Amino acid sequence: MLVIKDLYAKVEGKDILRGINLTVNAGEVHAIMGPNGSGKSTLANVLAGNTNFEVTHGSITFNGKDIFDMSPDVRAKEGLFLSFQYPVEIPGVSMVNFLKTAVNEHRKYRNEKELSAGDFLKLLREKKAMVQIDSQLTNRSVNEGFSGGEKKKNEIFQMAMLEPTLAILDETDSGLDIDALRIVSNGVNMLKNKNNATILVTHYQRLLDYIVPDFVHVLYEGRIVKSAGKELAFELEEKGYDWIKKELGE
Amino acid sequence: MSCLFVNGILLNLEIIMEDQNKLIHEVTQRDYRFGFVSDIETDTIVKGLNEEVIRIISAKKDEPEFMLEFRLKAYRRWLTMKMPEWAQLKVPVIDYQEIIFYAAPTQQAKYESLNEVDPELLRTFEKLGIPLEEQKMLSGVAVDAVIDSVSVKTTFKETLAERGIIFCSFSEAVKHHPDLIQKYLGMAVPYNDNYFAALNSAVFSDGSFVYIPKGTRCPMELSTYFRINAKNTGQFERTLVIADDDSYVSYLEGCTAPMRDENQLHAAVVEIIALDRAEVKYSTVQNWYPGDKNGLGGIFNFVTKRGICKGVSSKIFWNQVETGSAITWKYPSCVLMGDNSVAEFNSVALTNNYQQADTGTKMIHLGKNTKSTIVSKGISAGHSSNSYRGLVRVAPKAENARNYSQCDSLLLGDTCGAHTFPYIEVGNSSSIIEHEATTSKIGEDQIFYCNQRGISTEDAIGMIVNGYAREVINKLPMEFAVEAQKLLQISLEGSVG
Repeated sequence: MLVIKDLYAKVEGKDILRGINLTVNAGEVHAIMGPNGSGKSTLANVLAGNTNFEVTHGSITFNGKDIFDMSPDVRAKEGLFLSFQYPVEIPGVSMVNFLKTAVNEHRKYRNEKELSAGDFLKLLREKKAMVQIDSQLTNRSVNEGFSGGEKKKNEIFQMAMLEPTLAILDETDSGLDIDALRIVSNGVNMLKNKNNATILVTHYQRLLDYIVPDFVHVLYEGRIVKSAGKELAFELEEKGYDWIKKELGE
Repeated sequence: MSCLFVNGILLNLEIIMEDQNKLIHEVTQRDYRFGFVSDIETDTIVKGLNEEVIRIISAKKDEPEFMLEFRLKAYRRWLTMKMPEWAQLKVPVIDYQEIIFYAAPTQQAKYESLNEVDPELLRTFEKLGIPLEEQKMLSGVAVDAVIDSVSVKTTFKETLAERGIIFCSFSEAVKHHPDLIQKYLGMAVPYNDNYFAALNSAVFSDGSFVYIPKGTRCPMELSTYFRINAKNTGQFERTLVIADDDSYVSYLEGCTAPMRDENQLHAAVVEIIALDRAEVKYSTVQNWYPGDKNGLGGIFNFVTKRGICKGVSSKIFWNQVETGSAITWKYPSCVLMGDNSVAEFNSVALTNNYQQADTGTKMIHLGKNTKSTIVSKGISAGHSSNSYRGLVRVAPKAENARNYSQCDSLLLGDTCGAHTFPYIEVGNSSSIIEHEATTSKIGEDQIFYCNQRGISTEDAIGMIVNGYAREVINKLPMEFAVEAQKLLQISLEGSVG
């Protein structure tokens, strides 16, 4: 589904990613872990097409297509979803209106009929129940005045509405209390199936208690320096990232 | 940026855009959606302006002596006046001798049905999406359609007449209700008020007249669609709305204009008089041709709009969404004369390409316990310049007056400018004045967030801008609000690369 080859990227002139290689297949859950500044969020943003991040080398294909040929909205409509670390507020734009536009843009892209108001509201109710989001949230402006936890839940709710084939969750666990973490994780687990894939970007092993990864990768100084099964996360939790640094001979 | 200040402090806040946004860098344009010229036979007089021309206009309209006198008085005064230069605008020299001051569609007969109306005219309305017959059936809006200078069709007149409501063209009002015209014409905007008001008073061609009798609630929104059509014809509309004691009326004004190469001058005057406990809502959606993407052509819009809350506890609300014109010079104002009177000004002004707007309001508090609210939302894109200019004046006798002003500017791209010029003069110590101002740029992160959900950059900007303007748009009557939202989106199409 996703093939990243020898990817280099810069932010504000500074090299962040230095040769990433990663392949993600349908039905898989990958966790990308690593210390602060290792390039985790950069990778997530490059995948989504954020123009603040400049790709200097390498290739990414998504469902066999060159991702660099696609604008961010096309990547989204191709099925790539980014759950933002810091979801932005858009004052005056209601969640309902925002999501209706988004869902219908996806449908238009697939040559499907736009949803009527009635059908859309039905879908909205269904998904709200699924991810256990407070129904008041959808009546408010996009993320405006939402608490940290509400913003993250709202990201998962949007993911449920858009049903992506590849979901990238950027630090979705940060700032969540245990209850919120459970709700968010349940949502992600429920949306998982054999046709889609998930990339979890996280600092902590904690999230992986709830969403069990098939692969864990350690990102350090812009490169994946270690990949293994879920047991790697426990090892990291126990030994810390210094252990990786030592292994690398630093 | 936000600031709060009280009692006579003058703030001159100037923000020129700095480095910004790769997304909003390239300014490419889509052509004006309503740019077409309809081919209607037009009866015009020779171009130029002198006393003789004014006499011809008055004679053509078969006016009583007092109207001619009003016009001549205004003209003579205008000759002694100079065009105001204090606005944040660059206005080319206007040659008044090159302007035709009167044009009327030649088919002036009164029609019994739409079948008799010039089909070309009907097509024009259809292109604008406002076919008269649908207007009649759909929304219960009485339409007094003005093409160029003479009213072509007035509807719903009978329904209104049953309640004693007068809604007709200004010329008809001059003929049939000269007493009302003589009493109220020039009350809110005197003939010598300013350069453009004087010009309008001298040469105004037609417009609308509304009178709501005592204790009457107007059962429908009254609506006039203006359209500038004849080539080289200045438009000088005159509107007078009188709400007698305990009455209510909501008035809609909406405009689009066909594409033009040369600039067209427009200097309208709108007067509102609200008597005891009367309430008037005046809503405008303005979308005149703004010129092309290089700043060529477009309407020059110099408007004087003023309402007087003459009676106790009277209310006047100005609501406007302005996206058109090359140059806009417009300050819908209120004089709060009656004790306990209330006035509001809610405005969205959008400028793109090389448009220039210097717009705002004046709230003059004369009565006790008077209350005014100003909400101004400016949106600038392209190479445009968008200024808010507002005056709040509280007279010494206007005890316990209150004003709240909020001026927000939203900037798209790095080549536009937003300016705020609030003036506050307070003559007593029992009044409370509040002013807040913010300036924000449309966030690259907001656009990216929308993109990531599958929404294109253009749609994202339309959505964000409409969200920003929602507070004001919500004040508009329903059908106008929908139109206004579309307009904001259309006006920004192509403003991002």
